[in-house]
Amino acid sequence: MEQGPAGGSSAAAAAIGGLFVPLSETEQQRYSELFSRCCPPPEAAAGGSSVGELFRASQLPPDTLHQITEVCGAKRVGYFGPAQFYIALKLIAAAQSGFPVRIESIKNELPLPRFMALKNDTEVRYGTPAEFHGVKFQVPHATLEKNSYKRTDEGDKQEPKSPPMSPICSPPASPSTYQRIPLSYGYGKGRSGLEQQHGAPYEVRHSTHQQDGPSSGNYGAKSALTCSTPNRSLSVEREQQDSSTHYSDDPWRITEEQRDYYVNQFRSLQPDLNAFISGSVAKNFFTKSKLPILELSHIWELSDVDCDGALTLPEFCAAFHLVVARKNGYQLPETLPDTLLPEFLQAACLKPMRDCALFDSYSEPLPGSQQTRDFSRTEKSSAEEVPDNSALLQDGKKDDKQALKVSTTLKTIPKEFQHLTVKTAAQESNALRARPRSRSYSSTSIEDAMKKGEEPPTPPPRPQKSHSRASSLDLNKIFQQNTQAVRSGWLPPPPPALPPRPSVSQTEQPSEAELHPQMNRPPPQAEENSSAKKEVVLAQPPSKPARRKLRTEAQGLETPELSPTISVTSSLPAVKPHLPVQK
Amino acid sequence: QSVGFVLPPQNYPLYIRSVPTENELKFHYTVHTSLDVVDEKISAMGKALVDQRELYLGLLYPTEDYKVYGYVTNSKVKFVMVVDSSNTALRDNEIRSMFRKLHNSYTDIMCNPFYNPGDRIHSRAFDNMVNSMMMQVC
Repeated sequence: MEQGPAGGSSAAAAAIGGLFVPLSETEQQRYSELFSRCCPPPEAAAGGSSVGELFRASQLPPDTLHQITEVCGAKRVGYFGPAQFYIALKLIAAAQSGFPVRIESIKNELPLPRFMALKNDTEVRYGTPAEFHGVKFQVPHATLEKNSYKRTDEGDKQEPKSPPMSPICSPPASPSTYQRIPLSYGYGKGRSGLEQQHGAPYEVRHSTHQQDGPSSGNYGAKSALTCSTPNRSLSVEREQQDSSTHYSDDPWRITEEQRDYYVNQFRSLQPDLNAFISGSVAKNFFTKSKLPILELSHIWELSDVDCDGALTLPEFCAAFHLVVARKNGYQLPETLPDTLLPEFLQAACLKPMRDCALFDSYSEPLPGSQQTRDFSRTEKSSAEEVPDNSALLQDGKKDDKQALKVSTTLKTIPKEFQHLTVKTAAQESNALRARPRSRSYSSTSIEDAMKKGEEPPTPPPRPQKSHSRASSLDLNKIFQQNTQAVRSGWLPPPPPALPPRPSVSQTEQPSEAELHPQMNRPPPQAEENSSAKKEVVLAQPPSKPARRKLRTEAQGLETPELSPTISVTSSLPAVKPHLPVQK
Repeated sequence: QSVGFVLPPQNYPLYIRSVPTENELKFHYTVHTSLDVVDEKISAMGKALVDQRELYLGLLYPTEDYKVYGYVTNSKVKFVMVVDSSNTALRDNEIRSMFRKLHNSYTDIMCNPFYNPGDRIHSRAFDNMVNSMMMQVC
């Protein structure tokens, strides 16, 4: 690698926010060539995925690349403009020469960065959007072929994909739009190269798992600056993403459509979005996906963060997302990716729940993480912040999402925010774990006994055994009540939860009125779902033998539950007949 | 070296992990012989329901010196651990805490609806936990 004239800058120099880095002739030529390669001429910024590919071709470890991206300012400005790109290239050269990734290192003359041959990504580019377009579970064989084409080293993954396709179509029998949702999105789409920052630990972990095969196959796929996603309703977001951060091209990130789909599926299993889906219900549901039990077990392990044997809405979304990913051939990660953490998902997942005005209640299960979010959100210092806590949850989250979509200045902040939540989320989840642990440790053995006593598929019949885990008792109440009042008793120990319940349910009447239209939806949805099980599980507990105990309690408390409902929500007479029918 | 075993009441192992993988068979044998002692102790303590841990069994053969620790849950799931005696830094409390961690991870596994009690344990979280624990010991 020849070096340019020492010290003196030649025609071009890269400038970043006042930082002036001289480039030699050869460097400039090489860099502009690389830049035009990554960045089709009309655009001002390099496509994220091609940049990522290039960086990866430099064969530096992902952390270094991450650092480079940070230092060169692409993260800050949100895209790889020429200046950022050139700086990044210089940093790559520095890193390859063994210098630390710092601006200072590149002030000197450096050899040109070395990249191994970049694969031709055009073929993959156009393959991808079509590939995942439309059908998720009713995947036409063409898609399977494409999958196999792209991931040539994943022969073993085709098996899990092909069989499950049709059977699973029964639960998501909902509109065809849903079919394209889980697929459509990020998997094929612009795997922004910057995604690697976020997925870097993920990638590293999976280097042994053939992950690089599918990853690079996918990542090579063109983003999507323009050609991509008819599916994505957020084209604005898309554009920014590709040129900007890891963020949304992450396969472990859930899009709007996917989230809506998951939420609807959740609703079909459990009308109350604030409550849990119990283990057995979830098991039946996910077993339909025909993934091997081992993998489902692992997915559960990943997504049930608080290890209580039940899935809250965010946990369910995460689990569903992992199932989708697995069926699309992605290897399951060793740990839950950041974007699938419940605390992270809560913000977005709860958007539909805002209508229910059940927000305050939902904040209770994760009080610590809520505070974390609030804290980090105030750190964001964006204009959307509202002092009021509950309003913060509602508006802040909505604005949070909009901010993600629109504002480029917040691009880096969400990343920090994410990290902050992740770090504290990890602590929170540990704390959450520790709490039930410390509380129930003395009676853990009882739980063991009761778990052993049950037939394998059924989760421990928590309702009758009481104590041990407080959450178990609350689950009991959840199924009895099936109202939003549950969550007030979710984390606190059971006894205090009982008295407040009636009063809480009374106060929730106005919101129940809002809830009813949504509850109207699940019944038709449940009916049209051909799988009787899901519908049966919640709608008709009696038919499931395992639910004996729950049924009696549910029936016992149904009447008191309905009567306050009926007395207040007289404005919706049509709904009430639905309730008894549904139940 | 250290070895960890998880065994249900039927006394077949659900989970086996040894840190140095040689001589595994010897450890397996040791664990099985210690099961007798475990059962004896279980039957001996009639009234106490919660058995936090079991005694350090003292299976110290003259030639090879290692210690076997046992722990039993209320559902008669046994955890057995074999550690090298040369590792004198290991105190009773540490062993207890290790068993506690094992127990916690085990209940986490139980939470998983896809796990059937009596299956071998394939949980990665459990693996990680056991590995880290063993690394700590050795």
